[in-house]
Amino acid sequence: MKRALTGGAAMAEALRQINPDVMPVYPITPQTPIIETFAKFKASQKVDTEIITVESEHSAISACVGSSASGARTITATSSQGLALMNEILYIASGMHLPILMLVSARALSAPINIHGDHSDMMGARDTGWIQIFSENVQEAYDNTLIGLKLAEKTSLPVMVAMDGFITSHSVEVLETIKDEIVKKFIGDYKPKQSLLNLDNPVSYGPVGLPDSYFEFKLKQVKAVKNVFQEAEKIYFDFKEMSDRKYNYIETYKIRDAEKAIIAMGSVAGTIKDVVDNLRQKGEKVGLVKIEMFRPFPYKKIANVLSGVKKIAVLDRSLGLTSLPPLYGDILNAFYREKLNNSIKSYVYGLGGRDIYRKQIEEIFEKMDQEIFFKKEVEYIQ
Amino acid sequence: MEIEHPVQHKKEKAMDTGNWRNHYPVVDESKCIACGNCVKYCPEACIFLDDSEKAEASKSGKVAKIDLEFCKGCGVCAQVCPVNAISMRTEEGGNNNETKSKKDKEKTN
Amino acid sequence: MNEQLTKNFYPGHATCAGCGIPAIVRHVLDEADDSVVVINATGCLEVTSTLYPYTAWKVPYIHNAFENAGATASGVETAYRILKKKKKIDKDIKFVIFAGDGGTYDIGLQSLSGMLERGHKVLYVNYDNEGYMNTGGQRSGATPYGANMTTTPASETDIGNKTFRKDLMEIVKGHHLEYLAQANVAYIEDLRKKTKKAFQALEKGPAFLLVLQPCTNVWKFPTSDYVKVGKLATETNFWPLYEIEKDNYKINLKIENPKPIEEYLKTQRRFKHLLRPENQEVVNYIQENINQRWNKLLKKAECQF
Repeated sequence: MKRALTGGAAMAEALRQINPDVMPVYPITPQTPIIETFAKFKASQKVDTEIITVESEHSAISACVGSSASGARTITATSSQGLALMNEILYIASGMHLPILMLVSARALSAPINIHGDHSDMMGARDTGWIQIFSENVQEAYDNTLIGLKLAEKTSLPVMVAMDGFITSHSVEVLETIKDEIVKKFIGDYKPKQSLLNLDNPVSYGPVGLPDSYFEFKLKQVKAVKNVFQEAEKIYFDFKEMSDRKYNYIETYKIRDAEKAIIAMGSVAGTIKDVVDNLRQKGEKVGLVKIEMFRPFPYKKIANVLSGVKKIAVLDRSLGLTSLPPLYGDILNAFYREKLNNSIKSYVYGLGGRDIYRKQIEEIFEKMDQEIFFKKEVEYIQ
Repeated sequence: MEIEHPVQHKKEKAMDTGNWRNHYPVVDESKCIACGNCVKYCPEACIFLDDSEKAEASKSGKVAKIDLEFCKGCGVCAQVCPVNAISMRTEEGGNNNETKSKKDKEKTN
Repeated sequence: MNEQLTKNFYPGHATCAGCGIPAIVRHVLDEADDSVVVINATGCLEVTSTLYPYTAWKVPYIHNAFENAGATASGVETAYRILKKKKKIDKDIKFVIFAGDGGTYDIGLQSLSGMLERGHKVLYVNYDNEGYMNTGGQRSGATPYGANMTTTPASETDIGNKTFRKDLMEIVKGHHLEYLAQANVAYIEDLRKKTKKAFQALEKGPAFLLVLQPCTNVWKFPTSDYVKVGKLATETNFWPLYEIEKDNYKINLKIENPKPIEEYLKTQRRFKHLLRPENQEVVNYIQENINQRWNKLLKKAECQF
């Protein structure tokens, strides 16, 4: 069904169709539209979810751990400082292999305080063992919520699905929603093998792993992560059958014979697609690679898809303060590991919600032809 | 090593805390009045009330019996006994060697 | 071993010889009629009972982190309610939190408060050993005045911890609980009676038990003495046994002739420095505080709503 919704409302709509068991929530801009829209569904009995209005994000994720370990389908949402506050428990959630789904309205981290969209909060959580998916627009925000939940339950790993704060979360776009019954069939019933509330087989969650076992606990997580791409592919296939939309961990846009390409995540991809279309019309061989699944990072796939593109710019919507911008760093690794030596340059843009315009993207493609382009490694699009 | 998480309780994996002690309790069954104090307060729940031929003091015919398997030799049982029926003895040869109380345990197994 | 008392929590765990915590756990769980699920904050109990690959817990158990027992239990209890509604679970289950004073008075206070305020039907049992014992004996918000702790050490010129304990009962009371009580592991029958009442109160909302747990290792007294020291705490009116039911205070044990606080202080090396003649003033100060608090408690018990 075609609808016009904000990203927040679209995610809430997906949640309505999922009808999770438990949803601990704590408000933070710009996530509030998700939880407020959902709370209205609850109040009008469109869902039977138990919403726990916890007293902090740390308690939200803690309650998620308790609820998910108890065998309940559990979802939460947050942004920025909230996600940062949850950090300690994020590792615990993935360490316990709990399939929690978290919706993130990606927003800048303080200081200074800023409520607008960038990716720094998601980057702060990139090594927590959670699967991370970035959405380009409202359609993807809706679709990824459904895909994310299924992926979490299939891999027994927690998943965070992000959309750009305000840019996607608060902007109305047209999207195609899927019928309730079809969504219900797609996500199925949550049947965990073990749970805290299974009295016939009492178990202990969260033991002490001394040096003689901690390593192996972590290797168990490594094994679970290795399984993600395989499970994701099956889910993407099922999703295409259901919706006619084909997802993958990366999306390539006019990349086949491209000589110059930009790699990016999130809403800027939409702008870049527009620029690519225009430049292609003028005969320029340009393209875009959009990263959909940022964690686990699809190193091989990226290197394969871009091996023939000589000139690449990577756009990061966050800094790697004290190191390299995060996506750029991962891209360098992808190329080095495949022994490729394409020219790659880093751009940091959009921090704290600063807009990025088509003109600025065009300039990037233009400058790629200049010798001097790759001399300066990291540039900031202010 | 295959990690099992969440973890199931398995008796065999219990730590051999009986091997940690330097002292062990002995009940003088003729004095024991089966009040149950030692039973209540023992941190390892080693103690239970059971029938005994020697239960002269105990009107119920029961006395405190101590299972030394997990006993850490803390001495709480001796301290809370209102009639001083429990005394603490020293394990011979330290807690790493074969000791009298453990030898006794083997005999009864 | 004792079959009844090891039904839920088995031995073979690494608590110190003479630790007061296991008795609290065993007797509280023994009072539950229904099946129990335990939520445990990081601390002595958690670390000693779940050393992989062994778990001493025969009941379902979860340890999440240090400061979030309240929040974790909120999630578990809510999941239970909805799964029961959806008929995915058919048994009645009671939820019990065990947390030390560290994970309750200080870092865990917010999480506890949120859980109580939202009315989750969980029994919170705080084993209060007056410090961060698992990490070696640092002071907490529950450490008494004058205690020698590793972060408030006593010396020739320093008396150690210079604050009186937080009144957690008053804080918890502010959350409109049906039932909360101050108990002492040295008085097991009283603890069990209170536990029974607390479980009954769970029909309406959360309940709370504050249980004194003398710590042989850090309070520094012989391993055999946790009951003896615990009794002295109550006999000196340092730790009165009382309940608050629907905002009404009820003192469970009125000590005829309370012993002077020195009797209690001299049993523990953490107070050894206070017994020096030059610190008599400090002891008097502590005694005065105890007397005042006891008198206030008496007055509160007189006023019935």
